[in-house]
Amino acid sequence: MNVFDMIGPVMIGPSSSHTAGAARLGLAAHKILGQRPVEAQILLSGSFAQTYKGHGTDKALIAGILGLRSGDERLRDALALADQSGLRYSFSTADLPGAHPNTARIQLTGAEGGRCTLQGSSIGGGNILITQLDGMEVSFTGQYNTLLILHYDKPGTIAAVTNYMAESTLNIGNFRLTRPEKGGIAVMTIEVDDQIPEDLLTGLRTLPNVTRAILIRSI
Amino acid sequence: MLKYDSVSSLCCAAESAGLSLSQLVLQDQVRQMGETREILYSRMRDRLTVMAQAVRAGSDPNLRSTSGLTGGDAARMKAYAASGGMTGPLLCGAMARALAVSEYNAAMGKIVAASTAGSGGILPATLLTLTEEGGLSEDSAVMALFTAGAIGMVIAEKATVAGAQGGCQAECGSAAAMAAAAMVEMRGGTPTQSAHACAMAIKNQLGLVCDPVAGLVEIPCIKRNVAGVVIAFSAAEMALAGIESKIPADEVIDAMRRVGDSLPCSLKETAQGGLAATPTGLTLLAQVFQ
Repeated sequence: MNVFDMIGPVMIGPSSSHTAGAARLGLAAHKILGQRPVEAQILLSGSFAQTYKGHGTDKALIAGILGLRSGDERLRDALALADQSGLRYSFSTADLPGAHPNTARIQLTGAEGGRCTLQGSSIGGGNILITQLDGMEVSFTGQYNTLLILHYDKPGTIAAVTNYMAESTLNIGNFRLTRPEKGGIAVMTIEVDDQIPEDLLTGLRTLPNVTRAILIRSI
Repeated sequence: MLKYDSVSSLCCAAESAGLSLSQLVLQDQVRQMGETREILYSRMRDRLTVMAQAVRAGSDPNLRSTSGLTGGDAARMKAYAASGGMTGPLLCGAMARALAVSEYNAAMGKIVAASTAGSGGILPATLLTLTEEGGLSEDSAVMALFTAGAIGMVIAEKATVAGAQGGCQAECGSAAAMAAAAMVEMRGGTPTQSAHACAMAIKNQLGLVCDPVAGLVEIPCIKRNVAGVVIAFSAAEMALAGIESKIPADEVIDAMRRVGDSLPCSLKETAQGGLAATPTGLTLLAQVFQ
């Protein structure tokens, strides 16, 4: 924590958890999709489900999905912006068992046909935790530059990725591996202190067994 | 590097180095964040600017919150403050500023969460009243935000600033403590006097519950920002008069954590107790989410 976490963030009200955190969840989904979103199906659970309209949680999520940050004043007009930019959206509520009280599941379709489903929670003070991506368990906050490496669960893949990063003198702050089944698709969540250059991503994608590399710059 | 785990050690470090709390904290943040003093100072000045803009925008008499429950009271208070009221234009003006930022927040305006969005009216109201009506410099307010931030970091480390965890004492209580310490520094008080002001502000909000009607950051949050401002002024005035808190700030913060732990869930931002559970509170809930 630094002094600007306490005197900040600069945000659109009214609630750091229900508005600013929601915008950051949307923005994380936007970055993972990596193309213009044309459809968003959003499922809200817990406190999000009960109070989303009064807190502008719906506007904040849509704003993030459109790529706006939590301090962007266009946030309050996000639903109109969605209509203008051709984003269809729907909200539903459900109880996700065991999920944090402020949880959203965001399913996006992009203009080029890309899809992603992200689940995450707003855990207080505008901070978020992304817990699922396309059904796989992940765990990252978006505070750091984060690399998600989807890959086949084969020997040597982790070493190849981390060696490649070491050659670019990138220091790994956090590393987490999740694998729903042995030998299937697994995901590395790598948080890095430094800026990650785009050409690193291109390089990582050429490594054997890597199926997708996604960079989420700190949000 | 500073640890921000005790108010007394921050005061000791500042006083032994012959620095104000804000100078000490800025110097430390430069080291911890790896940025220059100029960058951090200007980032903080930008935050003060956002606060001032929120005061202006929130004073619009036609402002209404997204739920429609609140808005327009800042304009009423501002008009009344011009007459001086009972406590004079300075304190009444500060109350109007607190309402303005809090109502603007509820209307999806751009604000600085300090310590949180729900308690974000207290620092702008106190510091900007001292610059705009109390004749103090903008520089003193920018620096005072570093002091406020440091106090907030200690509270977050030792207790919490989240209503869901500690009740309103953790939100408006923290913000008032941060503001009180900051104002003492702006008025030339010592770090130790800031610590006493911090302690007295929290002491006078200890046990305050978080019971928002309909779960929204409006009723009673907006008016509790006004109360937080008045408590911050009274704590700062007492400290500057040389009055000490018999219980040291760090122990008061520990007590706040324990009180927060003892509060039932219904009084920690779940909208199930307190004012939220009153007949009128429930009627308003039905009105907003029908």
